[in-house]
Amino acid sequence: MLSRVADSLYWMSRYLERAEHMARVVNVNLNLTLDRAPQDAARHWGRLLLALPEPPPWAPRSASDFVERATVDLANRESIAACIGAARENARQVREEISTEMWEEVNRLFLHVRGNRVSEREWTAGTHEFLTSTIGGVQMFQGVTDATMTHGEGWHFIELGRYVERTSSTAALLEVQFRECAWDDDQELGVSEYVEWVGLLKSCCAFEAYCRHYTADVRTRRIAEFLVLNDQFPRSIHFAVRCIKSSLAALAERSGRANGRADRLAGRLKASLDYGQVDEIIGELPAFLQGIVRQASQINSAVYQQYIAYPIESALAG
Amino acid sequence: MQGVDVRHDVYVSVAGTDLVRLPDGSFAVLEDNLRVPSGVSYMLANRQVIKRVFPMLFSSYDVRPVDHYGQELLATLRALAPPHRADPTIVLLTPGVFNSAYFEHTFLARQMGIDLVEGRDLFVHDNVVYMRTTAGSKRVDVIYRRVDDDFIDPLAFRPDSTLGVPGLFNAYRAGNVALTNAIGTGVADDKALYAYVPALIKYYLAEEPILPNVETWQLGNPTDRQFVLERLDELVVKAVGESGGYGMLIGPHSTATEREEFRRRIVADPRNYIAQPTLALSAAPCFVDGRVEPRHVDLRPYILSGDEVVIVPGGLTRVALRKGSLVVNSSQGGGSKDTWVLSPGVRPPTRVDPPAGA
Repeated sequence: MLSRVADSLYWMSRYLERAEHMARVVNVNLNLTLDRAPQDAARHWGRLLLALPEPPPWAPRSASDFVERATVDLANRESIAACIGAARENARQVREEISTEMWEEVNRLFLHVRGNRVSEREWTAGTHEFLTSTIGGVQMFQGVTDATMTHGEGWHFIELGRYVERTSSTAALLEVQFRECAWDDDQELGVSEYVEWVGLLKSCCAFEAYCRHYTADVRTRRIAEFLVLNDQFPRSIHFAVRCIKSSLAALAERSGRANGRADRLAGRLKASLDYGQVDEIIGELPAFLQGIVRQASQINSAVYQQYIAYPIESALAG
Repeated sequence: MQGVDVRHDVYVSVAGTDLVRLPDGSFAVLEDNLRVPSGVSYMLANRQVIKRVFPMLFSSYDVRPVDHYGQELLATLRALAPPHRADPTIVLLTPGVFNSAYFEHTFLARQMGIDLVEGRDLFVHDNVVYMRTTAGSKRVDVIYRRVDDDFIDPLAFRPDSTLGVPGLFNAYRAGNVALTNAIGTGVADDKALYAYVPALIKYYLAEEPILPNVETWQLGNPTDRQFVLERLDELVVKAVGESGGYGMLIGPHSTATEREEFRRRIVADPRNYIAQPTLALSAAPCFVDGRVEPRHVDLRPYILSGDEVVIVPGGLTRVALRKGSLVVNSSQGGGSKDTWVLSPGVRPPTRVDPPAGA
């Protein structure tokens, strides 16, 4: 597979994952801030900005300002509309590699987010609808991808993009919350804290899964355990890292480049989550999560060195 | 191209010849397209759409399929590979997503199952072309290039081109890679050469051309020039180096100012122009704004030359969508139609005449 093609598939997938994550976080928090005083709400939105891959240089004036910028504002590179536009642009460059069904799906999504530049009042009323159908569109794309594309090299680059992004954005979101919010290791939560922490679970689509695992008795320690270390929940960090590792192994096998740097980095991160215990990490959780964000970015650059932007001399020697 | 050995002596492996139908029903060649003719994806896509929309039409006619074009094109390209490369790597070189024919490039790459590459995916080492893949470099044997001559190698041609591959021309000269169509084929489809094509066929092949040319006056010739300048309001004048429906004067549809402008240009540089009679291009019924109306058309079949010459039974019928217009080029707002070639011996269903008085 051409390196440029791998690059586009990888980023197409990362941008879609980013858009879905953003849509869910905005949706959950919009709901959540309705229950709070305006000054609390402003602090709340400010905190969400800290969890973005590149914290933007603006502060939200109000909830609707934040929502506008985070969803349809094309000037903001992290907005849902910008991410989906970038995903589509990447898909267009590899039109011959993806299935027609995938191309149609990503276009449907693109037209959906671009068609939503409406007046502020209407916009507020339709926000929930817009966000849930965006999430639905990205999930549809993932389903169509799995059902119509050969699970070969290209598909593994798509997987890799999705899970590198998920690892990084989930870790960043958790890190900010565990750093900025007061929390007590194993106490029962008061009402306002309860709302706050359930919001975090919902932002990772994890509240129902959490309840099935631990019952609705919400404790911060369990949240950390579930979202970081659970290996069966698809939006936990452990699960995502396992998928990264297995896609990297499949890619290494196909290209005959086993034991590359990306493989080793992912293996090390996976081992720390495979064998890690919540008691060991809970004390230094923000630092641990920062470490995960850093390692996800190292894996990203190692993939580039190995498959995409390698020096030509090394290619000719091989 | 002097001193370059071209495999099978095939310089043009993909040709698109524009045909028109004259009032007496016979076909004539309007022009040849021998550089990087485009539009074949529309031939295939139109057929797919018509099959979806009017499936019932196909059952009453025996329409010959065109879907195997991709396979034939791949076979043509494979025939051009250097002989010692048993399992050649074939790629389609595109200028990228901003090119107006990008849809066609991705379409053809998918139909053939080959890699669609851009200039930046390729590099040349020791006169061998490689592409950069996730498994390291991979040697490339045949390039179906959809990048114009001028842009294909910044070391040999335009140095400011970022669409090409530095060193590609040398690799080509060394015989390590096949390029198709070959570089410089534009000389053969130049409008100034067009008038001489029947003579070329007679001289080199000792055969009569099967399809005639359209009568053409060379404005470099004083008698022709005199004749044409007196009849600018009847004739079509074309600049030889232009294409896509640009640089044309259609006499009967022109204003006096336009004719004066062309007269001035012809006198200043007569060799740069040719003239032809204004053809009454044949028309086909089109569904426009809720009504069926006639629109002028021409036909471009695609001719593949590799080990043998292959023509897929179909072609691109281009339509001038503006009423009365004779300009069918898609860059001038033209459209296209599905084109059927029926199996020999098939009688179309009996025509049903409208009831009397209707």
